[in-house]
Amino acid sequence: MQTKTSMLSGPIIRNAVKEAFMKLDPRVMFRNPILFVVEIGFIITLFLCFFPGAFQGSTPAWFNIVVAAILLVTLLFANFAEALAEGRGKAQADSLKQTKKDIVANKWVGGEIKQVASTDLRKGDIVVISQGEMIPGDGEVIEGLASVDESAITGESAPVIKEAGGDFSSVTGGTRVISDQIKVRITSDPGESFLDRMISLVEGAKRQKTPNEIALNTVLISLTLIFLIVVVTLPFFGDYLNIEIDVPVLIALLVCLIPTTIGGLLSAIGIAGMDRVTRFNVIAMSGKAVEAAGDINTIILDKTGTITYGNRMASEFIPVGGAKQIEVGEWAAISSMKDETPEGRSVLDLMKKLELGYNESSASGGEFIEFKAETRMSGIDLSDGRKVRKGAVDAIKRWVAAQNGIMPTDLDVAADKVASAGGTPLAVAVDNRIYGVIYLKDTVKPGMRERFDQMRQMGIKTVMCTGDNPLTAATIAREAGVDDFIAESKPEDKIAVIRREQAEGKLVAMTGDGTNDAPALAQADVGIAMNSGTVAAKEAANMVDLDSDPSKIIEVVAIGKQLLMTRGALTTFSISNDIAKYFAILPAMFMLAIPEMNTLNVMQLGSPMSAILSALIFNAIIIPLLIPLAMKGVAYKAVSSAQLLKRNLFIYGLGGVIVPFAGIKLIDLVIHLWV
Amino acid sequence: MAGMIAIVVTLLLVLLLARPTGLYMAKAYDYNPSGLDRVYGPLEKLIYAIGGIHQENQTWKRYAATLVISNSVMILLVYLVFRTQAYLPLNPAGIANMDPSLAFNTAISFMTNTNLQHYSGESGLSYLSQMIAIVFMMFTAPATALAAVFAFMRGLAGKPLGNFFVDMTRAITRVLLPIAFVTALIFIAQGVPQTLEPAAVAQTIQGGEQTIARGPMGSFLSIKELGNNGGGFMGVNSAHPFENPNAISNLIQILLMMLLTTSLPFAYGKMVGNAKQGRVLFVSMAMLFIVLLGVSLTAENAGNPALNAMGIQHEQGSMEGKEVRFGVAQSSLYSVVTTASETGAVNAMHDTLTPIGGMITIANMMLNTAFGGVGAGFMNVLMYAIIGVFLSGLMVGRTPEFLGKKIEGKEMKLIAVTMLVSPFLILVPTAIALFSYPDTLSNPGFHGLTQAMYEFTSSAANNGSGFEGLGDNTLFWNITTGIVMFLGRYFSIVALLAVAGSLAAKKTVPETTGTFRTDTGLFAIVFLAAVLIVGALTFFPSLVLGPIAEQLTLKP
Repeated sequence: MQTKTSMLSGPIIRNAVKEAFMKLDPRVMFRNPILFVVEIGFIITLFLCFFPGAFQGSTPAWFNIVVAAILLVTLLFANFAEALAEGRGKAQADSLKQTKKDIVANKWVGGEIKQVASTDLRKGDIVVISQGEMIPGDGEVIEGLASVDESAITGESAPVIKEAGGDFSSVTGGTRVISDQIKVRITSDPGESFLDRMISLVEGAKRQKTPNEIALNTVLISLTLIFLIVVVTLPFFGDYLNIEIDVPVLIALLVCLIPTTIGGLLSAIGIAGMDRVTRFNVIAMSGKAVEAAGDINTIILDKTGTITYGNRMASEFIPVGGAKQIEVGEWAAISSMKDETPEGRSVLDLMKKLELGYNESSASGGEFIEFKAETRMSGIDLSDGRKVRKGAVDAIKRWVAAQNGIMPTDLDVAADKVASAGGTPLAVAVDNRIYGVIYLKDTVKPGMRERFDQMRQMGIKTVMCTGDNPLTAATIAREAGVDDFIAESKPEDKIAVIRREQAEGKLVAMTGDGTNDAPALAQADVGIAMNSGTVAAKEAANMVDLDSDPSKIIEVVAIGKQLLMTRGALTTFSISNDIAKYFAILPAMFMLAIPEMNTLNVMQLGSPMSAILSALIFNAIIIPLLIPLAMKGVAYKAVSSAQLLKRNLFIYGLGGVIVPFAGIKLIDLVIHLWV
Repeated sequence: MAGMIAIVVTLLLVLLLARPTGLYMAKAYDYNPSGLDRVYGPLEKLIYAIGGIHQENQTWKRYAATLVISNSVMILLVYLVFRTQAYLPLNPAGIANMDPSLAFNTAISFMTNTNLQHYSGESGLSYLSQMIAIVFMMFTAPATALAAVFAFMRGLAGKPLGNFFVDMTRAITRVLLPIAFVTALIFIAQGVPQTLEPAAVAQTIQGGEQTIARGPMGSFLSIKELGNNGGGFMGVNSAHPFENPNAISNLIQILLMMLLTTSLPFAYGKMVGNAKQGRVLFVSMAMLFIVLLGVSLTAENAGNPALNAMGIQHEQGSMEGKEVRFGVAQSSLYSVVTTASETGAVNAMHDTLTPIGGMITIANMMLNTAFGGVGAGFMNVLMYAIIGVFLSGLMVGRTPEFLGKKIEGKEMKLIAVTMLVSPFLILVPTAIALFSYPDTLSNPGFHGLTQAMYEFTSSAANNGSGFEGLGDNTLFWNITTGIVMFLGRYFSIVALLAVAGSLAAKKTVPETTGTFRTDTGLFAIVFLAAVLIVGALTFFPSLVLGPIAEQLTLKP
């Protein structure tokens, strides 16, 4: 579903502002220890606003008020970031919920139709859905064929065909039947349907912290505790030296040092990462799956539909029996003029590409003969009585033989050549004469080669699975630039490959849609099921691609990496900031007692109070400034890890050291006008 | 100039010895049969037979428990020796029993490789105590740390951790004893006494009487330096002419302090099967070391700005508290080496280093990564390497891997807690001391603050040198530093062994071009950034109030 809501749309922002205040509740805050420390600091400073003399304080009340206000704003900014990310998910969930209105279902009970509410349907119930009606729940078509509008879920407006049996039998609740009638067996109880799961996922209700997020959180909490020790022991050090250090100043130092930037943005980064996947029309069942995608070592791809178009395209006309190439093309084109199949259209495309002309008028008045499974050929009966056919080589041979035609001796040679190169030969004949063979080739999608090159640079190995013979498979593999292929593969082979790779410690991703893919999807570390696929496949996978585009797995990998990178970059930035903050606050703290400390005031900040306030303000406003980055993710390029690290260390590490020096100085220039 | 050449030569010798020693150690700790078994096997077999040691692999829990329990038993035994030394033989000077808190402190101090001495050797310990308690621990303490670091490295290499008793035995038989024995002979040849005779009594020219302390010092001295122990036979440690008679003995002491700890990165490279992994860490640590040494030399050579301002001839640099025999260069080098290697031996008084020179010694101990103490230091280095890997792994968009093992929540939790230990053990007790016992500090102001902080930093990092001038033999200092030394030692060893156990159990992830490599110069930068950011951010405020403020306020 293409979410049309932009990040800055009014209602989302208004809601996020409201949420930012709601989240000040200490019970909510407690879940984020870094921000909880800030909140405690805020409460203490708030107290000092009214009783500035408490704890032997010497800072004026107005200073305490300003510090308290900045702390409050810091908290609100951090909450706002999280609320904004959640809000985007919620907006999506709301639009989904609208499709989840109560639907009246036609329940099939012992040969009779009974009308019940969709919420009363249980697993195993059978319902009948006719043209124009909503499908009341997830299920499997057991009878009939219908075209279904799934745009509510997928955003794709073209209807899809659902029929009993096979890989296109699963239907989703909330979608609409637009033609015909089907009988569906419901496969989920209320509240457990695909739609329900999707809503709870995008709402973030089920969002659990991923292992990596937990690991990072522990490090951040540890840093917070270290700085807590530093700041709490500092007044004792000061006391020994007869230096009074005021509580609001200590709190300001603590808040500046603890990683509030990343602490405030961490959950927003996680939510936004999930959201990016969702915007990509992929539903991830957990954040863990998205992160695992970033770690993938091997991707198993089906050839058909993923690497190649699957439908075969004419790529060459091979004349036989002394015919000329132009003749083969001409008759092939004439036979295809009214042929709407991809193969037929590709013949006309090839004519254009080869710049061959033919007499289009000769087909006028002719009668088009459609392709039939029995005849395995199609063509046209021209008005002058001649019959033109193209089709499977043996079918054409039989057809020509029936008219006492001659078999050109080089026909089999040409056909074999095409077949051994991985293509499909189509013979072209007019009455009793065979003119030649159309080489139908499985075409690799444009840009695949570049993508696989990129993946190789990212350290990801690609394995192509195909039912083709080894020769064909090798040709396509070479053309597409995949690292490895499995020919004549059966569903078991995929599992075997996945197990083999996993035994070597690799993480494997794969896409699939059929029921026979389900075990492999479950075995893979990242399994992406196509929405068009069967219920079993979707259940087994940890992501579902609503557009049913198997090549999307590549983007999902990039999103997973981007998610981790954004976390890493902002953590580095946050910690690097501390250096400048030290140089702002420490001299300010001690300058009154030790005037020589001015040597450390490298930024030449106006006054101790303006220095402290500037550092604190910088610390607060950096959060909203980084929200867009947290939401969008840092730029990811498919280059080697060393290059990526160099780049990110330079931007976020070195940048993190320098930016606050400039930022604090600038803020101080303004603040110093008053303080 | 001559001073600088001497330093460069010394460091080149250190560099020359590091790699072969490291490769030798990797071999000595390899459980596969090797030629070394023929040499040491019979003795070791005898030890295993007497000790009833089965040479089977231990789990990390068992390894760690064996380590802590055996060390605790040794602490108890040595405590009993100190408490009863007056009744035991080999006490020609008739030295009394040690009082309980001092014995507690001293026993922990030597078992933890710290060698913080709140007593003076010549007047506080009998020869028996020096030999069977102090020297005994001077062997077992570094042997414990060597065992731990090799178990840790085995874990990183994905092997079973090994057996603590076997590792400790090998440390003594294959590494510490042979080297210590040979160098003891060299020290004795250089004039270090080795005798069980009581102190000599000399008649001075004025007719007065002078008692000259002596004892079995040669054998003490070699293991003191080699094992990064650092506790002096004499109260003034290696500033005493018997404990450091000349330039050669000074050079050998420096080489011994650096020998094992600089060799460990090479042993590590060998064990994980990629020499570059070790070399990168060695080079990073060496760079850190050289920068710190450079700052110290500059500060000591510049001397005290207050004296300079008064026009006092000061060309030799700051000579206060230094031996004229060694001068500024060798004293400064020694002070950096002894704190970088967490040895704690001194040939000059750290209390009277210039504020910045003193700050370098304390910073060395706070970071504990410019090589660090034998074993424990390198474990600390590997911990920072894992932190660096974690952050850079995030920055390249992969779950971080170190040596093919994924670094996940469990390991990071253990490391996060270990990171907390050193700030906690240094800053909190220092704050208590400054607040509650300011009268035990001989200097007021910034220098007094540094004195207190130095004592706890030295304890937490298991260094053992002191910023003397501290009234340290009191109940408060004995108990608190005792606790700090114990926790500073065993907490991180146990936590990091747990990390090793967890990593060893993981599947190895194959290396691809997407893997972030840890054997490149880029990783050296990441590693140093992790050390400096965590270390510097933690201790910057206290250093500002101590040595930096002192330097800034030095006025005539």
